[in-house]
Amino acid sequence: MALLDIRNLSVTFDTASGPFRAVDGVDASVDGREILSIVGESGSGKSVSMLALMGLLPDTATVTADRMQFDGRDLLELSARQKRSVIGRDIAMIFQEPMSSLNPCFTVGFQIGEMLRKHTDLDRAARRRRSIELMEQVGIPSPEKRLSAYPHQLSGGMSQRVMIAMATSCRPKLLIADEPTTALDVTIQAQILDVLRDLCADTDMALVLITHDMGVVAQMADRVQVQYAGQKVEEQPVAALFDDPHHPYTAALLSALPERASGKGHLPSIKGVVPGQFDRPPGCLFEPRCAFAVEACRRGAVRQGPELGLALCNRPLVDGVPLDERAEA
Amino acid sequence: MSALLEATDLCRHYEVRKGVFGRPDIVKALNGVSFSLEPGRTLAVVGESGCGKSTLARLVTMIEEPTDGQLLIDGRAADPADRALRQTVQIVFQNPYGSLNPRQKIGAILEEPLKVNSSTSARQRREKAKAMMERVGLRPEHYDRFPHMFSGGQRQRIAIARALMLNPKILVLDEPVSALDLSIQAQVLNLLIDLQQEFGLAYLFISHDLSVVKHIADEVMVMYLGLAVEKGDAATVFADPRHPYTQALLSATPVADPSRKQQRVRLEGELPSPLAIPSGCAFHPRCPIAVPNCAVDVPHLRDVAGRLVSCHLA
Repeated sequence: MALLDIRNLSVTFDTASGPFRAVDGVDASVDGREILSIVGESGSGKSVSMLALMGLLPDTATVTADRMQFDGRDLLELSARQKRSVIGRDIAMIFQEPMSSLNPCFTVGFQIGEMLRKHTDLDRAARRRRSIELMEQVGIPSPEKRLSAYPHQLSGGMSQRVMIAMATSCRPKLLIADEPTTALDVTIQAQILDVLRDLCADTDMALVLITHDMGVVAQMADRVQVQYAGQKVEEQPVAALFDDPHHPYTAALLSALPERASGKGHLPSIKGVVPGQFDRPPGCLFEPRCAFAVEACRRGAVRQGPELGLALCNRPLVDGVPLDERAEA
Repeated sequence: MSALLEATDLCRHYEVRKGVFGRPDIVKALNGVSFSLEPGRTLAVVGESGCGKSTLARLVTMIEEPTDGQLLIDGRAADPADRALRQTVQIVFQNPYGSLNPRQKIGAILEEPLKVNSSTSARQRREKAKAMMERVGLRPEHYDRFPHMFSGGQRQRIAIARALMLNPKILVLDEPVSALDLSIQAQVLNLLIDLQQEFGLAYLFISHDLSVVKHIADEVMVMYLGLAVEKGDAATVFADPRHPYTQALLSATPVADPSRKQQRVRLEGELPSPLAIPSGCAFHPRCPIAVPNCAVDVPHLRDVAGRLVSCHLA
């Protein structure tokens, strides 16, 4: 059974200009020790869906789901107190901006220790030992000295390592990493990704990696879920997704990568922009930008089967050609 | 063809004081960089944060003056007081959310450079602004809108249009697409490619995204702690990087191809503080192939396989 199983998750924000649906019927499941990557552009609801799982959304958000199960327990039925014993201990999360995720008023040692004090019954000395062990595990040099450092004394890469140490302090079964390397330089990004991959292998941890960087996805993920404007549009194992994307959006996104372009000159680009709150198309959300759209797409899109990557599309692509055109040919 | 932009041993040092009575320290943000740029060409400057690439942009746009070295723009010495010269260099910043005045309408944003620098009539300015808007792919009705009504990609188009209003010859692009989504990034890159061909612009393209650089650059300069470590034709450098830092940078860049498991040149540690630049080769503490001599002798740029590399072992 899957470690995390979310069915039909929707999140709606009350805004001054009316309700805004940021996540629209998203399914997600993660098996133990698996690395699932959620990719999408800004506004695709990739962060919001995971924040909803963690219960970190503001009061203006309404979260509904058919099922939200973690490790055999239904998170929807837990009381706030029970939920707090799961969130933070069994599911942990790290964020994009490591510098602003740490509290500037307390030392690194205090902040790592706080996690252990809350969720374990280790005594003071044991907590200190465990903190040092954690910092070693994420590759922080001379951890004894760094315990008494304040966040402003650390670089971005070091802060992110501290965040990972904190998040993994209680040996979580699932770590959610929301754009963990976007704010970092490439050499540091490579180091942080190595740390995350090693942690998954060493501690049997599952990882949900939220990112917009296709390169990071290709290097890290086992399975990929592509989101667009709050909907899941495709899901495939990583190799298959890069090899043969079934949804036109995924295909267009991949061909817009400069490194996939043949030679210099123009990149294939997607016309238009992601729809916002007021210009949501009535049918398939990608229809106005889609190169393969037909009349039926203005009314809606059907979910394809797993053999076509669960693509939310009337004309899923196979080898870059819509299925119905292939049938005719 | 003669170079539009010629820099020789550019330096920019900053003094930082430690406390009221402390001895001032010198931050060598830029420590002797030379390059030249011809019309219609793109020179990409790559490196980690803190390597001096943004300082370089500030010098080229004459926002700051170099503490040492010479900068020739269009054959004339860079001088912030030379208004005509300042018109030849314009800049597009990384974050289009921060670089546009939220209280100005798009029309006013585009016309302001003309207002300040030329004696055109209001009607001429308006016509010019509308023509430029059309050129960068904005609709005429956008003239009376405010920046907050636009998406990131459209804002970057506005910023590019503003930079082109004075018909510059050199455009400094400081991470112009890194704040944009992938599908929008391709649109803006295409626009930049078109504009370069149409106006024969020279681009100084500052970026940390090597896949973008690889696509758009003719020449590339890799910087580390205020110095160029490798410089040459982009295709040559990317095909076979010779400096260990360039190699590390390239191998650290994730490739969007899951079947290709990369052989990584692992870099230990992080960029040292520019206050305490290591002796000898600045890269030696992190270099995977360093020998004891690297901590003593300062390497200089020399010709290796068709490009310039500053490494004793290249």
